[in-house]
Amino acid sequence: MFKKILIANRGEIAVRIIRACREMGVATVAVYSDVDRGALHVRKSDEAYLIGPAPAGESYLRMDKILDVAKRSGAEAIHPGYGFLSENPKFAQACGDAGVKFIGPTAHSMKLMGSKTSARQQMEKAGVPFVPGTSRGLASPEEGEEVAERIGYPVMLKAAAGGGGKGMRLVHSRQELRSGLESAKSEAQRSFGDSEVYIEKAIVNPRHIEMQVLADEHGNTVWLGERECSIQRRHQKVLEEAPSPIVDPEMRRSMGEVAVRVARAADYKNAGTVEFLVDQQKNFYFLEMNTRLQVEHPVTELTTGFDLVHLQIRIAAGEKLPFSQADVGIRGHAIECRIYAEDPDNNYFPSPGKITVLLQPSGPGIRRDSGMYEGWNVPMDYDPLLAKLIGFGTDRQQAIMRLQRALYEYFVAGIKTNISLFQRILGDPDFQAARVDTGFLDRLLAKANPAVNSSRPPEEIEALEKIAAIAAGMFAVLDPASSVGENETAGGAGAAPPAVSNWRRQARSETLR
Amino acid sequence: MVYDVIVGGKAHRLELQRSAGGGWECQFDGQVVPIDALIPRRDVLSLLVDGRAYEVKREQTATDLHMWVGSSRFAVELRDPRSLRSRMQVREDDAGPKKILAPMPGRVVRVLVAENSEVESGQGIVVVEAMKMQNEIKSPKKGIVKKISAIPGEAVNPGDVLAIVE
Repeated sequence: MFKKILIANRGEIAVRIIRACREMGVATVAVYSDVDRGALHVRKSDEAYLIGPAPAGESYLRMDKILDVAKRSGAEAIHPGYGFLSENPKFAQACGDAGVKFIGPTAHSMKLMGSKTSARQQMEKAGVPFVPGTSRGLASPEEGEEVAERIGYPVMLKAAAGGGGKGMRLVHSRQELRSGLESAKSEAQRSFGDSEVYIEKAIVNPRHIEMQVLADEHGNTVWLGERECSIQRRHQKVLEEAPSPIVDPEMRRSMGEVAVRVARAADYKNAGTVEFLVDQQKNFYFLEMNTRLQVEHPVTELTTGFDLVHLQIRIAAGEKLPFSQADVGIRGHAIECRIYAEDPDNNYFPSPGKITVLLQPSGPGIRRDSGMYEGWNVPMDYDPLLAKLIGFGTDRQQAIMRLQRALYEYFVAGIKTNISLFQRILGDPDFQAARVDTGFLDRLLAKANPAVNSSRPPEEIEALEKIAAIAAGMFAVLDPASSVGENETAGGAGAAPPAVSNWRRQARSETLR
Repeated sequence: MVYDVIVGGKAHRLELQRSAGGGWECQFDGQVVPIDALIPRRDVLSLLVDGRAYEVKREQTATDLHMWVGSSRFAVELRDPRSLRSRMQVREDDAGPKKILAPMPGRVVRVLVAENSEVESGQGIVVVEAMKMQNEIKSPKKGIVKKISAIPGEAVNPGDVLAIVE
């Protein structure tokens, strides 16, 4: 086993890995940027080194600086977490070259999975199901019509060089195909300088379900069950659960076996995730493989009982998987809420800043993986993920109820968070009935917000307003010192004047002098 | 202490006085409300009203004061009826110059209008970037841009003045 591990990350995931290391008796080395001196991962590690200014490109993405710290501190291995350098084959290679073990797959596997076309070719050989379509560009509109006829409308036209929705067209019928193809091609040409467009069957309202795999360095590869990740916004996952409400044991085994085939075909080592799109008939299609630990790994940990970070470290240290596929069972239900620094009243725009109050939930069935603390200044330079709140129960309904209770206890002031969004999701009848797909969250947000006071009985609102008013007064008399209006209004203890009019007040107080 | 409390668009008269026993006597719109209040930690109030228990959280920003009663948030304004400001407050609303403040820490990316130009209510004035997302800060009213203090490339803190519209 390693004596010392460097964690090339920040935030909740760095803290999560540091905890695993401490549990295993492994010393930890943190790296941090200028604005992260006060970050939790720096406080919790055994050693910490500054690697540069705030922009990730000058700190958390600097392979040379990180490897230099590894050398100086004597770290034998590097855990990359997720994001940053975690899926960068050059970094995995550079670690190997520097004689430091990269806790993850080899550069070769990463490269293979990083390219859409090479992954698809490799996976086709392994007999992995894909969304039906062509893996090469269309030679002519006639070929497009012929393929579309064969796979069935609706179809999706996609730029081969594409990304971010550019050069993509949904086509419902033969009549639309030619014009759709022309506009997709010209958009692809304009956006990527490459007009190659291929065709795929369009999956209407798909679910996004992924399968966790683990592979040791002795040829053992296992699957650990699926995670339902259909609750997304702007292609970003917001809430995940395990198991998926639509996956039965047979489908789980079949998805798991495909995922293991994918991993084997890529000569994959360590923890990885195979993502699938699932259509309404429960057909599943390979989407991509994430060659790292996922943000949502805790729901798998809670429902399988395995600690994925412990296992990642053991595998990297050369140990054999301590269990076989037959030992993997799914028990209970877990749901994860990603707590982001985002303002629900302002289109979920990021909201960095100082956390002035933090009340955190605990109790039965609640796990909290957090990188924040009261008094911390959430920097504006990184991803807005603050913490993950995970609820676990004997079944889905209990997991939901426990999360609702925990969210009621969760309070963050100073910055805005999306905590209220989870109250909406968990309370939604469609969510409770597990009728979800990747369009669920957009549909929910388009509906009126039931948490808005206008939809509640007026007597109830009035009663609460009275409590709010009395509380505001009691705060002012009991704790006037920390009131917002400090020093502005000598006579108005605890008042919260609108800052908009500060200069007018100033002008007025000057005329009064 | 006597306060005018504005919550839910209505003003209420709140009178709070220390009672002989060390507790508080509370009158809300002239009606006596039996309360017991304790601050177990900063910005958290345990309030008992006739046996019903509430945990109320206080959230203050550069511009607002909110009370969270359970999971319900209420914007509250507290005024001292004796102060000049409170009596003048009514006229604050739409007339006069409006400062446009940075709502969050970030970096100014672009300024979208020139000084002395005319803007509509809701028109974008400045673009501020935070956590890799760009946010257009809009004018709260129709008027003339009197001053632009935002400088592209510079960092801003919440409450910093970006521009003034009159």
